[in-house]
Amino acid sequence: MKYDIILAGVGGQGVLSVSAIIGSAARSQGLFVKLSEVHGMSQRGGGVVANLRLSDKPIASDLIPQGTASMILSMEPLESLRYLNYLSPEGILITSTDPVVNIPDYPNLDELVLRIRSLPHNKLVDSEHLARQAGSARATNMVIIGAASHFLPVNEERLEDSIKNLFEGKGDKVVDINLKAFHAGRGAA
Amino acid sequence: MTDTVLLGDEAVALGAIHAGLTAAYAYPGTPSTEILEYLLKHREKHGGPHAAWCCNEKTAYEEALGVSFAGRRALVAMKHVGLNVAADPFINSALVDIHGGLVVVVADDPGMHSSQNEQDSRYYADFARIICLEPATQQEAYEMTREAFDLSEKFHIPVMIRLVTRLAHSRSAVRTGETRKENSLGEPPDPSGWILLPSNARRRWHSLLERQRDFSIYSETSSNNTLTLNDRHRELGVITTGIAETYFLENVDELPFEPSHLHIGAYPLPVEKIRALVEHADKVLVLEEGYPFLERFLRGIVPPPIEIQGKQSGHVPAEGELTPDNVRIALGLAERSGVELPGLTLPARPPQLCAGCPHRDTYHALKQAVAPFEPALVTSDIGCYTLGALAPYSAIQSCVCMGASIGMAKGASEAGFRPVIAVIGDSTFLHSGVTGLMDAVAANTDMTLVIMDNETVAMTGGQPTIMSSSRLERLIVGLGVDPEHFHVLSAHPKFTDHNAEVIRSEITHRGLSVIVAVRECIETARKHKAKR
Repeated sequence: MKYDIILAGVGGQGVLSVSAIIGSAARSQGLFVKLSEVHGMSQRGGGVVANLRLSDKPIASDLIPQGTASMILSMEPLESLRYLNYLSPEGILITSTDPVVNIPDYPNLDELVLRIRSLPHNKLVDSEHLARQAGSARATNMVIIGAASHFLPVNEERLEDSIKNLFEGKGDKVVDINLKAFHAGRGAA
Repeated sequence: MTDTVLLGDEAVALGAIHAGLTAAYAYPGTPSTEILEYLLKHREKHGGPHAAWCCNEKTAYEEALGVSFAGRRALVAMKHVGLNVAADPFINSALVDIHGGLVVVVADDPGMHSSQNEQDSRYYADFARIICLEPATQQEAYEMTREAFDLSEKFHIPVMIRLVTRLAHSRSAVRTGETRKENSLGEPPDPSGWILLPSNARRRWHSLLERQRDFSIYSETSSNNTLTLNDRHRELGVITTGIAETYFLENVDELPFEPSHLHIGAYPLPVEKIRALVEHADKVLVLEEGYPFLERFLRGIVPPPIEIQGKQSGHVPAEGELTPDNVRIALGLAERSGVELPGLTLPARPPQLCAGCPHRDTYHALKQAVAPFEPALVTSDIGCYTLGALAPYSAIQSCVCMGASIGMAKGASEAGFRPVIAVIGDSTFLHSGVTGLMDAVAANTDMTLVIMDNETVAMTGGQPTIMSSSRLERLIVGLGVDPEHFHVLSAHPKFTDHNAEVIRSEITHRGLSVIVAVRECIETARKHKAKR
C-alpha cells in the first residue's frame, strides 16, 4: 500500500501543520512516512506545496512522481489546480472553496469551482464557514483534514489523537473546537 | 536505539549532538537554517552543547575552528553561498593540523528555491582537498554527521557534509544511536601545525597532499560507496551520488533488468569502484544533484571508451533539481502524466512582502523621494526586502550577494551616476555591509544608504540579529558617518511623507548620507506579542 498526497496552499495557511497531523497519525499506525516541505522565500504569501508520502514499505524518494498522487489536498481553490500533473487519474482532489486573493489577476471563483467540479473525483469544502460553526475560523485546516479523512489510509481515532497532541498545550477549549471542526469536515465530505 | 522524525537538517544536528559536539555556529540561510535552530532548542532544553548565531559564515567558521584548536568537536553550518563568505578560513583550515573534529555542513539549493545560484559545494571540498560526505536520506544525514567527526580527527582535516534542499527540508524517521561524550579539554596542539607561515604552510600542504592517498583508501573501502554489479546485463550501468539514489530507486523496479549500480556518498571519488562499474557496462548514466561534477571527471578530455550520459550530454537536465520524473526519463522509462484540464491557465502567485511589513512603508517613501530624480539607481541586497523588486514596488535594480548593495552603489557613484541609493536590511548590513560602508565613509562617496531595520533576520524565519537596533546607530556614527547626514526614521504609513522628504533631502546632499528606517518585522512582532 502506498498513498501519496500533494498538499497545497498559500504561505501562512498552515500547509505544514496539516501535513504534520496526517503524517504523525500515519506513523502512529505503523506506516512509513516521508514529508517534503517548503521553507524560505516562498512562504511569504506565495504558493506553497508539500509532498506527504505514506506507505507500508520503505519509501525511496522524498518527492512524489508525476501522475501517481492519490490525493491533492488544498487549503485554497486556485492552488488546488496547480499540481494536477501529479494527480493519478484515480486520485481525488479535495479543496477548500475559500480563496486567498492576494494577486491582481485572481481568476473568477465560479469558473475555478466549475473546473474543479469537472474532475472525476473531487470534494469542495466550505471550510471557513464550517470552522466558524465549530467555534473558530482558525480551525479551517482541521475541517480540511476531516474532509480528507474518509479517503486516507489512517484511522479516524489516530487523526483525532494527532489533533489532540498538537493542541493540548493550548487548553481543552481549543482542542474541542479543532476536533469539532475535524468532524464537521468529515461530515461534509 | 530510538526512532525520531527529523528534517534532514535536524538529523545532522542530532548526529552532531550524539557525536559529542561541544559547540556549533552558523548564520541563517535557507536551506541550512534548521540545523542551528534545532541545536539552539536543544541547548535551551538541556543546557548544551553550545550553539550560537554569528555575524556571518566567516566568523562562524573561525569560531568553530577555535573549538577544534582547543581539542573539542565543532560544527559550522551554512547555505552554499555562505561558503563563499567562509571560503578563506575553510580552504586554509584544510592545511592546519585539525585537533578536535571539525564538520562543515553546507546546504546547496539546486532549483534556487531561495537562493541566487545553484553552486555545487562538492567543488569546494575538492578544491580544499578534503573528504566530503553526501547523504541520500535523513538516516544517512544522521550517521554521516557522526562519522564525519571521527574522520576529521582521524585524518586531521575538516570534513564537509553536503546537503541539498530536498533532503534538508524533508522529514523521515531516523534511528538514533548512543551519545558519545565530549572530548576533554586537552593541551593545545603543536603551534607549527597551526601557524601557516610559508615555511610551515609548505610542510602542511605537503602533508595534505600525502594524506590524499589515505583519503582515497577510505573512499574505496567506505560503506558509503556501494557497488552492485550485474554480470548478465551490460546495457546500462548507473552511478548515483547523494539524494539522486532515491530517485533512481523510485524507478528501478520498472526497468527490464537491474543495472549495475555504484552509489557514491563519500568523496574523494572512489576511482577503482568507478572503473569496476565502467568495465561492467557499455553505457553509464550519471545521476548527481548539482553540477556535473562526477560526469566531467569521467569524461575527461580524451573521448571515453564507453558512452557516458548525464547533464553534459543532455540526458539529465543541466539546471534545476533532479526529480523522480526527470530521472525516470533519463533511465529510458516513459514519462508519466497526471490529470489534465485542457485550456487551464493559472496566474502565478509569487512571494510578496507581508501585509503590514515595514519594508512596504519604506519602499513607498523611497519611491516618492526618488521620483523627481529619475532615472535614479537603487542597488539592493539579500533579504525579504528583495521582494521590493516585484510589482507594485519595482523599487530596486540589483540583488547580487550579501552586502553588495553598498559597494555597488559606491562604484556606480564613482562611475559618475547620480543619484545612487543603496538599500540593505539590518542583518545583511551587519553580515557584510559594514566594511563597504567604511569604504564609502573613507571616500565620502556621493550616495545615500537606506538601512531597512526590521530588528530581525526575517527571510529565514525571524532569527535575532547579532546587534540590537539601538547599538546599530552607534556603530554607524562610530564608523565616521557625518551625524548631520545620519537619520533614524520610523517605517510606518503615517510617516511616509515625512520619511520621503528626509530621503529626498539627503539625495540632494553631495556626499554620503545614511538613513535607518526602523520598525520591527510584523511576523516577529506577532510572535513576541503571543509570547507575552
